[in-house]
Amino acid sequence: MAALFRRSTVLPFLLLLPLLLFSVSPLACGKLINDGGEGGEEGEQFAEELLLKPLPDRKVLAHFHFESTTPPSADNGRHHHLFPKAIAQLVRKFQIKELELSFTQGRWNYESWGGSDSLSSTNAKPPGVELWALFNLPVKEIDATWKNVTHALSGLFCASVNFLESSTSYSAPGFAFRSNVSNIRYGALPREAVCTENLTPWLKILPCRDKAGLASLMDRPSIYKGYYHSQRLRLTSSELYGIILEQTLTVVLQPNSKRNAAHSSLDVSIQPSWSISSMFNKKVAGSCVLAKASRILIELEKDIISKLEKMGHGDSWSNSVFDLFPSPVRVIKDFNSLPGESNSILYEYVNHNEYEALDVGIKWKIPFVWSSPHAPFHVSRFLMGSGNERGSIAISLQSTKLDEELVHKSQGCTMQVVIFQVVPWYVKVYYHTLQIFVDGRLQNSSDMIEKMQVTPSEDKMLPGTLELMLKYPCSVQSVILTLDFDKGFLHIDEYPPDANQGFDIPSALVTFPNFHSSRKYVKDEFSTDSPLLRKFQEKNVVLSYTEVLLVPLTTPDFSMPYNVITFTCTVLALYFGSLLNVLRRRVGEEERLLKSKDAAKRGLIPLLFSKLSSKIKGQNPESSNSSSLLGSKFLIIIVVLLAFLWHYFLN
Amino acid sequence: MAGIRGYWILAAAAIAFRFLLFVCFPKDLHLGSRPEVATPLTSLRRLAEGYWLKQASMSPYSGSMYHGSPLLLSLLGPLTKRVEGRPPHFYCSLVFVIVDFVAAILIRATGKKLMFSRYKSLQVLDLLKPVDASGVVDSGDFASLVYLWNPLSIVTCMGSSTSPIDNLVVIMAIYGACSRISSLAAFGWVFATHLSLYPAILIVPIILLLGYGLDAPPSKLFLLKNSSAVSFGASSENKVKSGASRPTGNSIQNFSWTRVLHFMLWSFVWMCYVLFLCSISLKELGGLSEMFKKTYGFILTVEDLSPNIGVLWYFFAEVFVFFRNFFLIVFHVNILFMILPLAIRLKHRPCFLAFVYIAISSMLKSYPSVGDSALYLGLLALFSNELADMQFSFFLFCGYIGVSLLSPVMHNLWIWRGTGNANFYFATGLAYACLQSVLVVESVSSMLKHDRTLTKMVEA
Repeated sequence: MAALFRRSTVLPFLLLLPLLLFSVSPLACGKLINDGGEGGEEGEQFAEELLLKPLPDRKVLAHFHFESTTPPSADNGRHHHLFPKAIAQLVRKFQIKELELSFTQGRWNYESWGGSDSLSSTNAKPPGVELWALFNLPVKEIDATWKNVTHALSGLFCASVNFLESSTSYSAPGFAFRSNVSNIRYGALPREAVCTENLTPWLKILPCRDKAGLASLMDRPSIYKGYYHSQRLRLTSSELYGIILEQTLTVVLQPNSKRNAAHSSLDVSIQPSWSISSMFNKKVAGSCVLAKASRILIELEKDIISKLEKMGHGDSWSNSVFDLFPSPVRVIKDFNSLPGESNSILYEYVNHNEYEALDVGIKWKIPFVWSSPHAPFHVSRFLMGSGNERGSIAISLQSTKLDEELVHKSQGCTMQVVIFQVVPWYVKVYYHTLQIFVDGRLQNSSDMIEKMQVTPSEDKMLPGTLELMLKYPCSVQSVILTLDFDKGFLHIDEYPPDANQGFDIPSALVTFPNFHSSRKYVKDEFSTDSPLLRKFQEKNVVLSYTEVLLVPLTTPDFSMPYNVITFTCTVLALYFGSLLNVLRRRVGEEERLLKSKDAAKRGLIPLLFSKLSSKIKGQNPESSNSSSLLGSKFLIIIVVLLAFLWHYFLN
Repeated sequence: MAGIRGYWILAAAAIAFRFLLFVCFPKDLHLGSRPEVATPLTSLRRLAEGYWLKQASMSPYSGSMYHGSPLLLSLLGPLTKRVEGRPPHFYCSLVFVIVDFVAAILIRATGKKLMFSRYKSLQVLDLLKPVDASGVVDSGDFASLVYLWNPLSIVTCMGSSTSPIDNLVVIMAIYGACSRISSLAAFGWVFATHLSLYPAILIVPIILLLGYGLDAPPSKLFLLKNSSAVSFGASSENKVKSGASRPTGNSIQNFSWTRVLHFMLWSFVWMCYVLFLCSISLKELGGLSEMFKKTYGFILTVEDLSPNIGVLWYFFAEVFVFFRNFFLIVFHVNILFMILPLAIRLKHRPCFLAFVYIAISSMLKSYPSVGDSALYLGLLALFSNELADMQFSFFLFCGYIGVSLLSPVMHNLWIWRGTGNANFYFATGLAYACLQSVLVVESVSSMLKHDRTLTKMVEA
């Protein structure tokens, strides 16, 4: 009875339950939708952008920029919608404040591709792998954490970043690399080969991978065919903004000029016309649906614009010099320059249409020559001397003469240059030999050096670090620094398999703290919306990396360790044996012995026999003999005992 | 007994020759970077780097560059600065010339003392006429000239390396012990040990020298002589007279402990003094523990594998890592191992014993240079009368010349031209080690033979 009663009370409730659920679900769904839509402002975001830029030497720069952000971790725990979980875990586990990892192949050509705009000062990287990280940890924990980070990154990107674990390959820069903080570590692997196996895991971090959106343009053969290829990952984490992950891929490609060979055959100097499809063999097939923004921008440098203005074309995208196709949605102008000067212009295309493929391109009509903005000094580094014993490193700064007007304007101006150079320990630099030549004349180095910090290298422990701040008048045309070094000799196991190729000295970093690259755009929603434009508006110090140096080191003969060991030991034994023999010898006694032997004249076999028999009997035929026998027995016993003890203690 | 005629002219010529080399080749010689001349321990370039680091208020030992003494840094460091219009290391080279001259003078004084004691003891044994029948060389003058005119020591003096100073303190220790000045012997010994560690084994000959006096034929001979004199029935008056007048009679019996104790005391004082000076100069720059690690530790663990005229660099560049410690022990024990047998056998000739020790350690040391050879070749000449009938001396002479000519050629082929191979250079190192061992063995055996002939003469 009771059970029945109970059932009757439960039943209406059960009937009501679906109703209840239905009434709640619209609310829940609404909330979910809100999370997806409005959460765009608050929650995790992803944006993709592609910047294309014609370069003066008939090449094209393509700069892919992807940015994922996640709000501070306390808000949404461990779950991520867009943001890659692996990266978030990395940041949280190792307390990373900032981290930058770049894989580069090829060398950025500062002379023709520009050295002072924000694109080159943030995206031009030294060949190989470069990694630096800023930790939010006490100083003594940093080295251990750095090692863990290198291993994590090496697993994440299929690269030998873990070679940066050894203390000989990374350094703790002082003032010359970024600000003067103690919790930063910097390491570079100039020899690292960069290829698709590094790109694939890098793409895996993107929400759409390379299946949709701009990343789908990354056709491997066309990307790796280029002159310069640099994939970069930059992490910034803060309490306020959460984690910002910025992934960029910068490639410099040679557009395929065969297509327009027909009508440009008359003039070879005409720039090659190109489009996305001609460069990447693909068209943009719509945006990544998870991306908040997906844009393609074409940038024309300020030299082009000023020349166009002189020709009376202004900022039109279709003129007698070139045609941009299709027509851009918007023209964005830079406002950050002196009056009377032209600025670079960005033409924006929005990539939202999924059905109509976007194929942005430029068609040049007449020959047109321009130049890129240079850094104030062109930096290069080279080796001097011959032979495998010693040499010198020279860093030369040559004025690019672009700032002549600047020099004229301020006659008393001074130029500041900061040089940051890491040298592996087997290149033993004599820092007291630092010489500075200004315009070819030897200068007293204390007049030029404003600040200097040296961490000398320790054999097999630490690389040497040189941080130098130079100050000299702007009118100086060339500055050359030289440092002598001795080449080290390594143990046979420390040479890499291709020892005769030589060893690489990582690029030196030269920064010009007085010069900044930044642009100003009109503050509207679009310019603040775009992460790439936001990046361009940041104030960056102009910097350039020097070449990687290849130092050939002398090699020992790898094939004959046994010969060396046996020869040396033979010589030693020869010395030891003969000296001991000389000391032990008593010529007088020997002569006496010889006489007595002559007297006895016993054969060898009977002598042995008698000795043996006496041994068996336990009798001693001669007293002197017995003592020596006893002594030798005693010695043998001692040796056996020692060996036994040794064995016992070892186990 | 008369000295070599024109000694002072020859010595002055040697010094003048050094100055001449300075003037004629101020920069072209590049001897300072030759591996034969400058080792990581003695290179003046490294000293300049250490001085620079110290001036920049860093530890001079940071950077694995400098491995010498902090005292040298304070003494020579200010002289390494570049001076306009002067060749690099000009003042240092001047200092080294003076140091070489002083060392030569001390060798000469030591040789004079040795000659005197030899004369005395031979007189006692009545062997003066038969032994010196073939003529005698003034070994002091001769050794001093050998040291001054030895091309190896000229090269060491010219090429900027601090080994002339190391040699000077070693010679000072020997001179102090020979002239029985405990304080000087202790000073030389402590500083030599401080500068290059290996002279530490010289404590045995120094104590013997201070205790027993200078080199003499074995004490047995004097006893034999005395007993024979008794048996021949010499007058008691005469015997007493001779016993009083003969200094050798004393040297047989008493080992003068007071001098040895003085030496010990003085060495303790000097040691404290050196450590005190070092700790002052390294205050707030690493301290003494770092100094020991970077000087003695560097010597004992053979960290620097750059080529030199020894054999250990190539050995340790090639040997398997897990055998490294074993062989380090073996090579260093090899030096220590011979101390006792040699001391037992040559205890009556402590000065010669010192020479043998120096030769052995310069053969087996981790960073040998020609400066060490210059030292022991100079000392070898002190015993030119005793070792007159040494075997293989012509072979050794040719060998030294051959190696010193071939070694730079092989080094050039390997390092500069890239046509040779490390094995060629190593082979010259091996040959050099062989030559040195033959020299040591032969000199010891001929010294023993010399003693034997004396015994035979006395017995006869």
